[in-house]
Amino acid sequence: MSHEPTNRGAEIRLDRVSKHYPKSIALDQVSLTVKPGEFMTFLGPSGSGKTTTLNLIAGFTDLTTGNVRIDGNRMDDVPVHKRDLGIVFQHYALFPHLSVFENVAFPLARRKTPKADAVRLVHGALETAGLDGFGDRYPAELSGGQQQRVALARALVFQPKVLLLDEPLGALDKNLRERLQLELRRIHQEVGRTFVFVTHDQEEALTLSDRIAVFNEGRIEQVGTAQDLYERPASLFVAGFIGESTMVPSASGAETTVIRPEHGELFPPGAELPAGFRGVPVTVRQSVYLGSGWKHEIVLDHPGHTRTPG
Amino acid sequence: MLKTHPVTRTVLWVVAALVSIWLVAPSLIVIPLSFTDKASLVFPPTGWSLRWYESFLTNPQWTAALGNSLLIAVLVAALATVLGLLAALGLRQMANKKVIAGLTFGLLAPMVVPGIVVAIGLYAVFLTLGLVGTLLGFVLAHTVLALPFTVVAITAGFAGFDARLELAAMSLGASRVTTFLRVTLPNIVPGMVSGALFAFVTSFDEVMLSLFIKSPYLNTLPVMMYSSVTRDTDPTLAAAATVILLITTVLVIAGLSLTGRKKRVTRAN
Amino acid sequence: MTETALIGGARQPKAPRASSGRAWLLLLPAYALLLGVFVYPVLESVWRSVSDPTLGLDNYVWALSNENNVGVILRTFGNGLLATAICLALAYPYAYLMTIVGARARVALVVIALIPFWTSLMIRTFAWIVLLQDNGVVNTLLGAIGVGPLELLRTNTGVIIGLSQVLMPFMVLPLYAVMSGIDLRLVTAARSLGARPSVAFLKVFVPLSMPGVIAGSLLVFIQALGFYVTPALLGSPADSMLAQSIYAQVSGLLQWGRGGALGVILLVVTVLLLAVIGLIARVSGRRGINVKVL
Repeated sequence: MSHEPTNRGAEIRLDRVSKHYPKSIALDQVSLTVKPGEFMTFLGPSGSGKTTTLNLIAGFTDLTTGNVRIDGNRMDDVPVHKRDLGIVFQHYALFPHLSVFENVAFPLARRKTPKADAVRLVHGALETAGLDGFGDRYPAELSGGQQQRVALARALVFQPKVLLLDEPLGALDKNLRERLQLELRRIHQEVGRTFVFVTHDQEEALTLSDRIAVFNEGRIEQVGTAQDLYERPASLFVAGFIGESTMVPSASGAETTVIRPEHGELFPPGAELPAGFRGVPVTVRQSVYLGSGWKHEIVLDHPGHTRTPG
Repeated sequence: MLKTHPVTRTVLWVVAALVSIWLVAPSLIVIPLSFTDKASLVFPPTGWSLRWYESFLTNPQWTAALGNSLLIAVLVAALATVLGLLAALGLRQMANKKVIAGLTFGLLAPMVVPGIVVAIGLYAVFLTLGLVGTLLGFVLAHTVLALPFTVVAITAGFAGFDARLELAAMSLGASRVTTFLRVTLPNIVPGMVSGALFAFVTSFDEVMLSLFIKSPYLNTLPVMMYSSVTRDTDPTLAAAATVILLITTVLVIAGLSLTGRKKRVTRAN
Repeated sequence: MTETALIGGARQPKAPRASSGRAWLLLLPAYALLLGVFVYPVLESVWRSVSDPTLGLDNYVWALSNENNVGVILRTFGNGLLATAICLALAYPYAYLMTIVGARARVALVVIALIPFWTSLMIRTFAWIVLLQDNGVVNTLLGAIGVGPLELLRTNTGVIIGLSQVLMPFMVLPLYAVMSGIDLRLVTAARSLGARPSVAFLKVFVPLSMPGVIAGSLLVFIQALGFYVTPALLGSPADSMLAQSIYAQVSGLLQWGRGGALGVILLVVTVLLLAVIGLIARVSGRRGINVKVL
């Protein structure tokens, strides 16, 4: 943005929020606080409740129980257009009948920003998004990546305290996605607003976020930094969903040990184990050379219980 | 594209060419016929003149009928488009798929019920209400026939409209009214234009109901043609037909180019 | 399932809307017109068919027993069937060509099929009068190849020629709608499995196009049954069709009851045939074939 932000990001507080549909429960008693200026990612598989949560914050859907507060104000009766949130949609949702400039100017016109200021702000936003000189084009004339940048510029131009991003990079190819991820981080640091980012891609979540909320079956399994989730997963679901691992159940079956690939080593049968190692007999299914190392797919020989090395 | 034997393909093209001629050519013969200098409908004409256009444009019965037809068609297009837009908006706000299907079917019913059945009932009702031979009567009757076309066209316009754009507009600070005027409406204008065109042409060409509800004082062009055909064979008819052909062609081309240009822009996402 | 549903998972929210009460309110003007100017008049003629001049089914007994009426009904069905057959025979190759040619040729073929929709029925019928008259173009052409002159105008032949031309688009469009949805790779697959092109066409393409054939045929047939203008102007009063009889009863003889009874018979047949179309659309929809009739 071309001038100093007048305020920082807002705090979002969800208090025992539920969303029930006639035949299903999309979200069940979810509580969560997103700190001001934080980059928070909602991560989870399809139907886990992450997008529903985003829609509740945005005001697109009504909640069944609980409440949403933004900077301490209850949002119950605040309609979408008064919530002052910037939203970037999965498929961009650019207005096809308006030029790029008019798209980005749209939120400013709604706020009755004086024309001269609006022109300056739009140009600034387009510049930040790397879209200088694209103002007269129509969305149909842009590539997917460019459309995504317009959507971002449009959601940021009116300096909302919160930016909600619903799988904004999902439709792009891998290279472009990685470039835009870095750009998103840069923009987040630049504008200092609260970002809530929804994705089902764990790598994307680890790359971008200050903290991640892992959703599963309408609940939050764990909230924490990338390191927390990877090294101290609170549940088997989190352990399985984030990173790769081998799960070794205990003899009783009540506990499970999660072994990350970089913490394990493969030895031939009967080999002497170094001190401090505990052995689990496994069979290697297949091995793939990845350049930086080998990746082995292994299967436990006795999936029911572990055996101490002999 | 399927690989087809050249002979098969040739045969298909020959059939298609003949069918095309059969579909289009007959209507086109009215154009040269209207310029004939003889007082008969012999085709091809042996000499040329503009006398039948003169006869058409100087006969107050024909010009009044043309004026009535245009006025009624414009009113019908406007009314049917407004009613169709409201109905499409209503249908869009409903959640129950079965209710929507039932209500849509109801709106389309006039398209499938035989015109003669509607006509005799309407004649009876209009006689008691004193609507026979009135502008209001014509507009109401034609609008019922035109409504299915505007409903279909505008509903199709909504089907091609990404409802997320409305969410986006609201998230950017637009109220519900602003969202409708600035985002929803501009995107369904092509559907409304083609619906209005269909409605205009439906009314402009309508014969069946009009035959019953016409009066010596209020007549439409197709009804004039109908009674003229049954009475005598006068090339003024060909001139009238050419004028109708010209009006509908200009309208359709204008409408198509208008919606065509919109579509190019709408093809985003 | 769509891509969005797979990735997003959560339901696509609609923009917050007012209560369903407002939705009904928006439908009110259209339905008010529909009830007043369509439903009520149709019910009025149904009522008159059982009450004019006296209460009872006299009009229906007359409609179905009068020798003249039976002839009219049979002729109406016969003409409808013939026109349908002619339309199908001409439209099938036309629509098939539309599915196998490139985009540009396809657009041209679609436009040609749509032109009659935009051409006034009166003009088309008037043109046929000119073409079919005793010294008209058709007879001149027939004379050139040594046939005729034939009497075409004011005959049933003329009616069938006019009907088939006027109703042709109603056959082409449903046929094309179904054919364009057929995966042509299936035909290629059949060929790779050893079927000759003609066999692949007959055993794979034709069966898959049947929903379109049936929908188009019923549509043309229904329209033919209720047609007034074309038969009235191209045919002779001696071989009139159902709509002409209704017109004559009401407009000429002021026999509202008898006209109404004939109208109700026409309406019932039409509704039954439409129900068949609906059934076919539903069955083929379940098999994954989309039938877009209207």
